[in-house]
Amino acid sequence: MSAIISIRDLAKTYGDGFTALKGVSLDIEEGEILALLGPNGAGKTTLISIICGLVTPSAGSVTVGGHDILTGYRAARAMIGLVPQEITIEPFEQVINTVRFSRGLFGKGSDEAHIERVLRALSLWDKRKSKNQALSGGMKRRVLIAKALSHEPRVLFLDEPTAGVDVTLRREMWELVRQLRSEGVTIILTTHYIEEAEEMADRIGVIDHGRLLLVEEKARLLHQLGRKELLLELTEPLPELPSSLAEFALQRSEDGLHLTYEFDAHAERTGMTRLLGAVAEAGLQLKDLTTRQSSLEDVFLKLVADGRDET
Amino acid sequence: MNWQAILSIYRFEMNRTFRTLAQSVVSPVLSTSLYFVVFGTAIGARIDTVDNIPYGAFIVPGLVMLTLLQQSITNASFGIYFPKFIGTIYELLSAPISFIEVVIGYVGAAATKALMIAVIILATSTLFVDLTIAHPVWMVAFLVLTAVSFALLGFIIGIWAGNFEQLQLIPLLVVTPLVFLGGAFYSITMLPPAWQAVSLFNPVVYLISGFRWSFFGMADVPVGISLAAIALFLTACLAAIWWIFRTGWRIKP
Repeated sequence: MSAIISIRDLAKTYGDGFTALKGVSLDIEEGEILALLGPNGAGKTTLISIICGLVTPSAGSVTVGGHDILTGYRAARAMIGLVPQEITIEPFEQVINTVRFSRGLFGKGSDEAHIERVLRALSLWDKRKSKNQALSGGMKRRVLIAKALSHEPRVLFLDEPTAGVDVTLRREMWELVRQLRSEGVTIILTTHYIEEAEEMADRIGVIDHGRLLLVEEKARLLHQLGRKELLLELTEPLPELPSSLAEFALQRSEDGLHLTYEFDAHAERTGMTRLLGAVAEAGLQLKDLTTRQSSLEDVFLKLVADGRDET
Repeated sequence: MNWQAILSIYRFEMNRTFRTLAQSVVSPVLSTSLYFVVFGTAIGARIDTVDNIPYGAFIVPGLVMLTLLQQSITNASFGIYFPKFIGTIYELLSAPISFIEVVIGYVGAAATKALMIAVIILATSTLFVDLTIAHPVWMVAFLVLTAVSFALLGFIIGIWAGNFEQLQLIPLLVVTPLVFLGGAFYSITMLPPAWQAVSLFNPVVYLISGFRWSFFGMADVPVGISLAAIALFLTACLAAIWWIFRTGWRIKP
């Protein structure tokens, strides 16, 4: 795999003095799904907007398919489809005409078969003659996707594609994204739904305060940063921890019925066996025992918190 | 040059025109006909001739210009302001096109629509007055140059405007007075000398004068100066557009 998008030291300070990006470098591999995670105002949309030509960078460079986004913008942009975060759509025009318009704008000759394929894939074919303003919110969002796909892009940017979208449509959209990926389209999506990144992405980048805190394969990210917890439920409340258990740094719940032990699941020694031995020695009776893997959400919150501590 | 894109913008804009036919075409034609009825027939009957031209015919070039200017500006300013307002401008900015292509598409469509209406009004005027056109080729040249120049101005206004009020501001407060004071309904030679001198600072005087010359072979100012004035105005608009394109003013942070 080779990088289809190469971002180097990209920075952006807006006219009002707000610095949205502080030197981001990133290679996006051809054919992958990359999720950019970050809280609101982290710089995700600015990053996408620069690559797509909506915002002028203050410093740094970006190439798409080897074409610089400033000097070779025609070739670079022709490869990109963009689905913006906000639903922005010509209200009085018919669905099919807005989609045809997008294809033409990107320099492609008319191809009704392709337009039909895209509209059918997005369940919009029956609505093709409707005016955009007559569509529901979910359908409007699909029209935006149809517009982005109308010119057969090799890279698709989805800026918060499922914000405010119901569960069914979200599932459908995920399905579509997977299908596009299988056709070789590189997909970059921003989200602040961790669930979405966890479900979809091959790699995950975390952005906060204009910095890329980390980019990692999803599985490895969970693997590396995944802490596990062992939860011990006791038959009788424990008023205080026996000193023999002090070395395990257990957390006792307020009612004294639960003890939590945190450990690194990938370490050579988890300390679990020793702990259970010590628990038996201390004469505690166990009612139940569960382990819990930290979710991407925990990982994400930890990263963002750490990133803020450093700055 | 991405001709496909230009064609797409042009078609999309023309589609908008035909979708709103009543508002786009019928209303300017109706309002101009009212001018003919009031000024040409009712009041004009009491005025013999201006520069030996029957008054009804004399006001035709002025009325056509009035509509042409208003339509070119309104169409172009609205055409580019609307995508800015609803946000669909993101697509123009992210497309593999330069600003030149965007301008050609929008300005071309706005000028076309304004020209269509000008021609309809000209045709309507023949119902009210006898009209001869002395220099038809020059007449078309004046029409096209004016439509394009003022559509460019409209485009600049559309980029500049931050709300609908500002969008209306220049056409209403600047262009309409300039047209009325630019000799649409009179020859500036009818004014006292001091006001004649002031009128020469009104760019619309040169447009109407030149356009009227193409009909009747006579003008307030020499036709060469009229042409030069339009060329100057066109160049100024192109320079402004070029600057907007260079800096991304008001459209690209």
